[in-house]
Amino acid sequence: MSIKYRKNLLICNGSSCQEASNFDLVAFTNTKLKEYGLDDDIQAVQSVCFNKCSIGPNMVVYPDNIEYSTITKDDIDDIIIEHLLNGRIVERLVYDDVNKISGSNKKQYRIALRNCGFIDPEAIEDYIEKDGYDALAKCLTAFTPEEVVQQIIKSGLRGRGGGGFPTGVKWDITSKSVAEQKYVVCNADEGDPGAFMDRSILEGDPHSVIEAMAICGYCIGANKGIVYIRAEYPLAIKRLKIALEQAKEYGLLGSQIFGTNFEFTIDIKYGAGAFVCGEETALIHSMEGLRGEPTLKPPYPSVSGYLEQPTNVNNVETLANIPAIINKGAAWFASIGTEKSKGTKVFALAGKINNVGLIEVPMGTTLREVIYDIGGGIVDGKKFKAAQTGGPSGGCLTEKHLDLPLDFDSLTAAGSMMGSGGMIVMDEDDCMVAMAKFYLEFTVEESCGKCAPCRIGNKRLYEMLTKICDDNGTPEDLDLMRNLSVVVKDTSLCGLGQTSPNPILSTMTNFYDEYHAHVVDHKCPSGQCTSFLKYYIDTENCIGCLVCARNCPVNAIFGEKKKLHIINREICIKCGICMEKCKFDAIYLK
Amino acid sequence: MDTINIKIDNKNFQVPKGTSILDAAKSVGVKIPTLCYMHLHDLNTTHKPTGCRICVVEVEGRKNLVPACATECLPGMVIKNQTIRVLNSRKTVLELILSDHPADCLICAKNGDCDLQSMAQEMGIRHYYYKGEKSTYIKDRSPAIRRDMDKCISCRRCLTMCNDIQTVGALSAINRGFMSVVAPAFQMNLEESVCTYCGQCVAVCPTAALTEIDHTKTVIRHLADPSKTVVVQTAPAVRAALGEEFGNEPGTLVTGKMTAALKDLGFDYVFDTDFAADLTIMEESAELLDRLTRHLNGDTTVKLPLLTSCCPGWVSFFEHHFPDMKDIPSTARSPQQMFGAIAKTYLADKLGVKREDMVVVSIMPCLAKKYESSRDEFKTNGNPDVDFVLSTRELARLIKQAGIDFESLEHEDFDHPMGESSGASVIFGTTGGVIEAAVRTAYEIFTKQKLHKVDFQQLRGMEWIRESTIDFNGTPIKIGIAHGLGNARKLLEEIRAGKSQYHAIEIMACPGGCIGGGGQPLHHGDSNILLARQKALYTADKANIIRKSHENPSIKKLYAEFLGSPMSEKAHKLLHTQYFDKSSHIEITKN
Repeated sequence: MSIKYRKNLLICNGSSCQEASNFDLVAFTNTKLKEYGLDDDIQAVQSVCFNKCSIGPNMVVYPDNIEYSTITKDDIDDIIIEHLLNGRIVERLVYDDVNKISGSNKKQYRIALRNCGFIDPEAIEDYIEKDGYDALAKCLTAFTPEEVVQQIIKSGLRGRGGGGFPTGVKWDITSKSVAEQKYVVCNADEGDPGAFMDRSILEGDPHSVIEAMAICGYCIGANKGIVYIRAEYPLAIKRLKIALEQAKEYGLLGSQIFGTNFEFTIDIKYGAGAFVCGEETALIHSMEGLRGEPTLKPPYPSVSGYLEQPTNVNNVETLANIPAIINKGAAWFASIGTEKSKGTKVFALAGKINNVGLIEVPMGTTLREVIYDIGGGIVDGKKFKAAQTGGPSGGCLTEKHLDLPLDFDSLTAAGSMMGSGGMIVMDEDDCMVAMAKFYLEFTVEESCGKCAPCRIGNKRLYEMLTKICDDNGTPEDLDLMRNLSVVVKDTSLCGLGQTSPNPILSTMTNFYDEYHAHVVDHKCPSGQCTSFLKYYIDTENCIGCLVCARNCPVNAIFGEKKKLHIINREICIKCGICMEKCKFDAIYLK
Repeated sequence: MDTINIKIDNKNFQVPKGTSILDAAKSVGVKIPTLCYMHLHDLNTTHKPTGCRICVVEVEGRKNLVPACATECLPGMVIKNQTIRVLNSRKTVLELILSDHPADCLICAKNGDCDLQSMAQEMGIRHYYYKGEKSTYIKDRSPAIRRDMDKCISCRRCLTMCNDIQTVGALSAINRGFMSVVAPAFQMNLEESVCTYCGQCVAVCPTAALTEIDHTKTVIRHLADPSKTVVVQTAPAVRAALGEEFGNEPGTLVTGKMTAALKDLGFDYVFDTDFAADLTIMEESAELLDRLTRHLNGDTTVKLPLLTSCCPGWVSFFEHHFPDMKDIPSTARSPQQMFGAIAKTYLADKLGVKREDMVVVSIMPCLAKKYESSRDEFKTNGNPDVDFVLSTRELARLIKQAGIDFESLEHEDFDHPMGESSGASVIFGTTGGVIEAAVRTAYEIFTKQKLHKVDFQQLRGMEWIRESTIDFNGTPIKIGIAHGLGNARKLLEEIRAGKSQYHAIEIMACPGGCIGGGGQPLHHGDSNILLARQKALYTADKANIIRKSHENPSIKKLYAEFLGSPMSEKAHKLLHTQYFDKSSHIEITKN
């Protein structure tokens, strides 16, 4: 986005809006603007997630700040004629809900996402206009590496990838490791189901990550950076590549950066999308061309990492904060957030919440503010039941946690974790046992198979949950499952196995009655586990037409003409054909 | 040495700095169970992938349990090995491993010799609490090794042997999670891979996931067939290890008992591979001297160093990985194959037995020998020179199955004419032995002088790579020795780079040579056992009146009656071979 234009049309080009339109709206709009002779004055630029994925594709007319949703190419003429030429808002494209939210967006505070959606990610000039590369220049010319590290330590920034380790301390350790070659690695192997903040940052503001990596290189004494990114992020890769080329052209990467002796280059390595490769040691092995498997720490990568050289691994979101900290000062950053968790955190809101998408809030914002004020509450006004944070490694927060300030330590204390910032909201229709099963299915898929507890233990946990959800569970299963969960956590080799039973343990703690109902009362209270449902014939409505009996594929329905029919549940496979075929609403599910 | 203070189960101990919790505990008499861990101390190899999680202990201040094998003791560390938390975790993890195991112990090839079984017994597992799907895979049969990955516990010891020690690279972990398994690339069969059948993976496998192909049943069938003349040969390293299977101390020589047992089993003739080893020395030293003389006379086309070729694992290795150098090794066949070729010609004639009615069985410390005997170039009209190869372990099983009380057997001697051997041949079974035997003969032929001191201590030992210069009466002969294919690779790369200074190099695929072969009683990583076996072979050498191969009267007679001289046309046809470029296998693996 550029100030040389009177108006900018920001069109979300994030993956979900792109999928929704399946069309290059930006190019199309620019062609249209040209047709109307407006192209000198107004431009359309691609932008990133506006936190309204469910109603995409989205467009913001800037500086008017009018948001249009579910736009198609047929709407572009309308927007140009009505809004741009006549100054009338195209009401039919404005969502009421969205207007409501935009007010409460004040609770958001964008640091990591500061430029996302406000600049053209493929134009380095846009980034530079937003003070881009100022931080790098400042570091290289005005500060010693130690001074920069001290600033990062003072800012209180902690790793946003899940661990929450103080970033400055990590840099400090790596800078003190003695070696001829050191590496800066950006971990862009985002793998939590439903989390896409790293992707969005790379899609919307790739230069902030590049700048931060160079600053890190300066601090730790590395001249090589590597972005380890999953190959499933084609748009992020494309924009990162463009950004790297531009940075090289501008002399911001390469040798003698800002006229100093500092030299820094960045390469890209692709991951095949293994969740476990988000773990530092597994990531490094994958980069080395080996099987993506973790090894025991210590040695930590900061001492012996990529090619056995000291390596500083930071997550995308962590890095995106760095230039802002340098530009605005450590004290500014430390003034945001809570005592031990400074700054902001990006969350990916998903599930039964009205406004799905990315949000960024100061640490310490309560769950209630996130869900009701920013998220717009639960879909269809239903009752909030739980929010899963930390993805498959985290736990669930319940109604009693609504006023919990979201930060690293209080989430851990509540039996969950910050993780990378995925937040899946559940309502009264969601079964917590099935939710735990969903996450375990993911972990079973993603375990590398190196250590026995994770390889076999998670599989057994998943099997036990399946058994319970299929109405075959026993109370003994609950005891075994709890013991196994504790052992898998306690004995697994890496963070994946050490946290994978968390969804079970936290739902067992908060929703034990649901587990009890499944194995003792043989009921799924939310009705989500269909194995518990049974088909019944309504004695009032059934006229004895035999249609259901004739259509039943397993001959589970018995009866004579004009007499009440009966379902033999031993034979019934719950296919639902009978209910579908009955014209008299005589078959129901309960 | 710096020491630090630690506490294990409330007792204070002083241990050297840098010690792992496992080693520290062991040094003070505290036992921590291990499963995937493997330590080959004299071979400088520690395998600690921290995958089984059986050795976990509690360390004060750490959130999770830590693996004792790979966690270093720190000053003041408080370690707990006996808490409920630790014991429950170990037991639960073992139950998990058992829940993905066929549990057919009663009919398993490793029944009674399985680390997993003993662990279950030690931990008192009496119930399978965790049940569920078991991972199943297609059984893979190669000429030498059987893979039954249903029984694999992912300890990955085989990977360390195959990739780190042997640098063969036939095995790696593939797939993820519950379906992750150790296999050749793309889950190909072992036969299609670069496997050399050295059998080191089998030697370290804690369960029956990797075992030898068992030929005992077929051999029994032939023994029972009156129309067959069944001839058996026993390799040098077998006599130094077989006793272990019957409770003898490692290093007990059981040559006489073994011979008696083989006769009791019904073999018609019990011969000695040592005889053929002497024959190998005759051919190999003749070849060495031929190349050496030409080299010393300024012939630049001569390929030196000469590499020994007795070890079939090593032969496969250079065929796969160094095919460009396949004209450097000696063309002499291995003793096993020389024996087979002579047995089915010279001996068959003498006995008046038709080739197809003679069955040659080998007792070998090796699994690659099974593959070697199946190679086409060692067959005449489809009939192999050596019909069946049994490993030392298989022979022990055969003896046990036949109800023979091994301990009470009276010593018996080998039959003639292929049972007589020199002391030089028995040391073929250890690293450095072949080259020492060759030097004893080559020296006398080259210098035309009597060699008085036959013990070449400088060629002996357990160092991975050894070198020595032997004075051939004014001509210094540089000898190199390597055992373990990874070390062979180092010497070969030197040759390829034109940096090699050696005239002759002995290479054995297995650590320790044949005494550590893939078919030997399992040494479970204890290299003291290898050292004891090595000592036994040198003792057997010393005990022999004949110490040099060319002084073996039966060998002299064989040349006089049948072969003529070393490197003669007949010797070439029966005792030499050629090598093949098998590098295409590697390309398949890469694609």
